[in-house]
Amino acid sequence: MKRKYLPHWLILLLLVFLYMPILVLIIYSFNEGRTGAKWTGFTLRWYMELFRDRNILRAMGYTILIAFIASTFSTIAGTITAWGIRHMKRRSSGLLLSINDLPLLNPDLVTAISLMSLYIFLKMTFGFMTLLLAHIMFSIPYVIITVLPVLRRLSRHQMEAALDLGARPVEALFKIILPQLKQSIISGWLIAFTMSIDDFVISFFTTGSGVSNISIAVFSMARRGINPKINALSSLMFATVIVLLLIINKNRKSRKEDLAIEENILLH
Amino acid sequence: MKSRFNRYAWPYALWATVIIVLPLIVIVVFSFRKNGTFTLEGYRMFFTPLYLKVLLKSLELALKATLICLILGYPIALLISREDGKSKNTLMLLLMLPMWINFLLKTYAWRPILGNTGLLNSLLELSGLEKIQFLYTEGAVLLGMVYNFIPFMILPILSVLDKMDHKLIEAARDLGADNRTVFLKVVLPLSLPGIISGISLVFMPSVSTFIIPIILGGGQDMMIGNLIERQFLKVGNWNFGSSISVILMLVILSTMILLSLFDREKREES
Repeated sequence: MKRKYLPHWLILLLLVFLYMPILVLIIYSFNEGRTGAKWTGFTLRWYMELFRDRNILRAMGYTILIAFIASTFSTIAGTITAWGIRHMKRRSSGLLLSINDLPLLNPDLVTAISLMSLYIFLKMTFGFMTLLLAHIMFSIPYVIITVLPVLRRLSRHQMEAALDLGARPVEALFKIILPQLKQSIISGWLIAFTMSIDDFVISFFTTGSGVSNISIAVFSMARRGINPKINALSSLMFATVIVLLLIINKNRKSRKEDLAIEENILLH
Repeated sequence: MKSRFNRYAWPYALWATVIIVLPLIVIVVFSFRKNGTFTLEGYRMFFTPLYLKVLLKSLELALKATLICLILGYPIALLISREDGKSKNTLMLLLMLPMWINFLLKTYAWRPILGNTGLLNSLLELSGLEKIQFLYTEGAVLLGMVYNFIPFMILPILSVLDKMDHKLIEAARDLGADNRTVFLKVVLPLSLPGIISGISLVFMPSVSTFIIPIILGGGQDMMIGNLIERQFLKVGNWNFGSSISVILMLVILSTMILLSLFDREKREES
């Protein structure tokens, strides 16, 4: 069975390739030596320094704050919009969806530059608001393309039927429509949240004095040369991602639905 | 199929026009304007050997990255698709996990491996070999692209292979096709939509990246993304920067049109 044996090595090799740098970072984050690959002893020093670094802590705070506001706002706005698009005429919904696709299809860099140009054109002051607007801008499309397909599977007349049977609109919405959308709304929020946390390029061009997220902080640290604090930070963020995924996974009915949504975005 | 609920999409239509469409118009306008007058200077400047070389280099690197991802990614997708349900899901999860990790941190993670006193060179030293300059080379940039973008090649191919009707393969076998023929005449053509979206998902971010060349290439090998960033943030030539951005958009747009044409042609053939 030599033939069957060999290909599995290929998968293993890929996994080694994907995880090696992350593993190396984690190991180095406990290394006493400041530079190089030599192991000079175990230390927690870099973690301590990380938690004493004001800039990083502030950047972390901004990252989470922006991600939280942007994804929550985007989820609400995106869900409402998806509801509207569902009831639009074909041609106008097609047009709006094409515009909605632009931030997903255009390279980050072009989106970032053009948004920065718009802000300058409108003479806006760069800072928290411009950064937040940018994050909302690129988050809503993800929510829409996550919620809309599920909404399209629902019957168009459910709402009308509920209203005819005497439900108040709010009741119909909360008892009939939203429960069926729940899963996709949660997924939309999660995708928006991770996109926001992960973003560097758009944030880099749309933020201003004193307001930075973790990516921007890492970028400026890395520019100044080797800094073991980055290793500590990466390890912590990696651990957070794994814990989050485990929690999400545990709360989900099926992994398949997640994969399907992820796929929907990839193949869009 | 109009109903009164369509009004819920109007606020977003307005928002999207202002924050998605208008910025692109602003960029196009900037690319033709300098000091308040109409000019083609930005475009004329770009089409000189110095900057054309940057464009060609970006295209070359992005093409190489895409090709490597395809050559490595396709067999891996094929292998994973043949796993049974449970290990398939685990493998997909393992493949996606790095996608959830900050892009910058992941790229940065290669530096302690590739550096002059890094892991690879320490291993070379230990085995009595000469040190090699890995970091700040074109190879490092290419590696960074493949590393970051290979899941985007594997996943779409995998999902197409996954949905493929296995009866078609059985039918081909029943009709006497050998493994090679089954692959070339059935599996490969049917997986083409996945390959095409994989290609665009890898090519696009590769051609426009400016971060990987800075972190792993030391900013020496300039790519079109670096050129744009520099024009906007360092040189302050907005007209030129906008012109290059418009050109980059056109490059990507034409690639996508080309790919979709190819896709349609193939579909009509079969």
